[in-house]
Amino acid sequence: MFEAPSIGDLNIAATLPATLLALGACIFLLVDLFVPKDRKYITALLAAAGLLTSLVLALLSLMNIIEFGSGETAFAGLYIADQFTDVVNVVVLFTGLMGVLVAYNYLDRIGKQRGEYYYLLLFTTVGVMFMGSAGDLVTVFVALELLSIPLYILSGFRWPQEQSEESALKYFILGAFSSGFLVYGIAMIYGATGTTEFRGIWLAVDEIIAQDLSSKYLLLLGAGLTLVGLGFKVAAVPFHMWTPDVYQGAPTSVVAYMSVAAKVGGFAALVRVFASGMSNFVLDGATAAAWQDTMWLIAALTMILGNLVAIVQTDLKRLFAYSSIAHAGYILTAVAAAGSAAVTNEAAQAVAIYLAAYAFTNIGVFAVIISVEKDDSSNTGLDSLRGMSRTQPLLAASMTLFMFSLTGIPLTAGFVGKWFVFKSAIAADLFPVAVIGVLTSLVSAYYYLRIVWLMYFEEGEPQVYIPWPLASAISLAVVGTLLLGIFPYLLQEMAQDIVLAFGR
Amino acid sequence: MVPLWMYLVVAAALFCVGMFGVLSRRNAIAILMSIELMLNAVNINLVAFWRYQAPERLNGQAFAAFVFAVAAAETAVGLALIISLYRRRKSVVADDANLMKW
Repeated sequence: MFEAPSIGDLNIAATLPATLLALGACIFLLVDLFVPKDRKYITALLAAAGLLTSLVLALLSLMNIIEFGSGETAFAGLYIADQFTDVVNVVVLFTGLMGVLVAYNYLDRIGKQRGEYYYLLLFTTVGVMFMGSAGDLVTVFVALELLSIPLYILSGFRWPQEQSEESALKYFILGAFSSGFLVYGIAMIYGATGTTEFRGIWLAVDEIIAQDLSSKYLLLLGAGLTLVGLGFKVAAVPFHMWTPDVYQGAPTSVVAYMSVAAKVGGFAALVRVFASGMSNFVLDGATAAAWQDTMWLIAALTMILGNLVAIVQTDLKRLFAYSSIAHAGYILTAVAAAGSAAVTNEAAQAVAIYLAAYAFTNIGVFAVIISVEKDDSSNTGLDSLRGMSRTQPLLAASMTLFMFSLTGIPLTAGFVGKWFVFKSAIAADLFPVAVIGVLTSLVSAYYYLRIVWLMYFEEGEPQVYIPWPLASAISLAVVGTLLLGIFPYLLQEMAQDIVLAFGR
Repeated sequence: MVPLWMYLVVAAALFCVGMFGVLSRRNAIAILMSIELMLNAVNINLVAFWRYQAPERLNGQAFAAFVFAVAAAETAVGLALIISLYRRRKSVVADDANLMKW
């Protein structure tokens, strides 16, 4: 009755960067058992080498130098290997590499130099890669859990320190709760369309709309619940409550990685599910998809709340937690824009561009926080940066650049990201959201530039600790932020081949 | 034959019971059990939809199996976190984890 496909039809070669890393993570898990406790740098090196190999492969695929496999789908439609996959892969593999660089000495300092850290990091990276390349709701769900479960463990990596354990428990309970909503939503979509594959969903939605079937209500419910589940992952208001607590309690090296990786994964899945699978879900002769209104409302709320609450924060990790919520709002604006059929591809490109720009900048910010943090995880207040320009001029200059980039000042990567996001919002006739975005960016300038003010115009003697891996991570972040800001052409070139909408 | 909507009602009820449990219980282990209820409600949905809407393909059943596996992994990690919290505080009450607030 059911015929198993032959292994040749699976097109495994197309998934090479992701499967290779997954395999590598499984092997390192065993190898680590034989690495003595005082030589965990071997595991760290292996992890970095694995990430680098996959990064090179993904970059080759991104630049179309080598095409792995034949055709765009693999594993019988569960996996899609297109330009969007390549962009997500490159961004998250780079983030993972930076994650290893910032973590190595930090783990030494907190006395938690253990091999588990590195392969759990590899597993989350694989999870994000599979989310970006999902061709089926099954892949979305399994990849989301592969991304989340190691992150729960990593958040509590600093046990028995209370804050770390507490953040892990909070993250776990709310994460598992929200994944319940996600699968319920997926079950509803499956019930309405009879399939879990995005192309099948897209075709079924066309039919539902054309014949005005009553299963459209089921689909609406499914879309809503899926949005709740993924909205939690990307920390969109009103599902953001976990973010500040988890970011404050978790080890800073984990936050540096997950503030970017979890967002990349969540937004990749949002784009795949909504922009690709349900972009044609247009009810009652409206001009845009049924989910667009909800999406832009959430985007507006996220931008407003994230930026306003960030103003009153005094702890750096909490401040940047709210800042990351605000940035989720900017990216959601582009996701909302994808609801207008004519703009779908442009909006998906804007999401990819913003994520790439955000990855460089945000991980740099947390690397700077790691450098001022004390071994007992204290000293992450705003005061810890006071007067930094005098003792550490280079570090202060890098932090200033990151702040400019997060504000969105021209010649930095952040500006390029915001430019494309707001352009796609305007193209989709979402003027109010674009205006809210620009206004809240102005608000954000207040708390970002206050940090610059603290570093340059106030007295203080900050103590910093920068070993070479951390220094190289910060330099890479600076180079990336400047390069993408001065040559936006690079990002545009990378993203312009992203085509997500299925053809009619 | 039992109509599809009956299964959906049972699943929805089970999901709501689970959701109520997560929101109202203070014991972390009870919260974990409630989350399991929510995921099992989804499984009823998936299998019912599979049987009534698309029995010619295995999608729904396979998905239910994935949900089992993931739920088991989640529970393992969750229990480990709760135990490590319990060892230090001799308590599994989730409300006690309140060091960080905005």
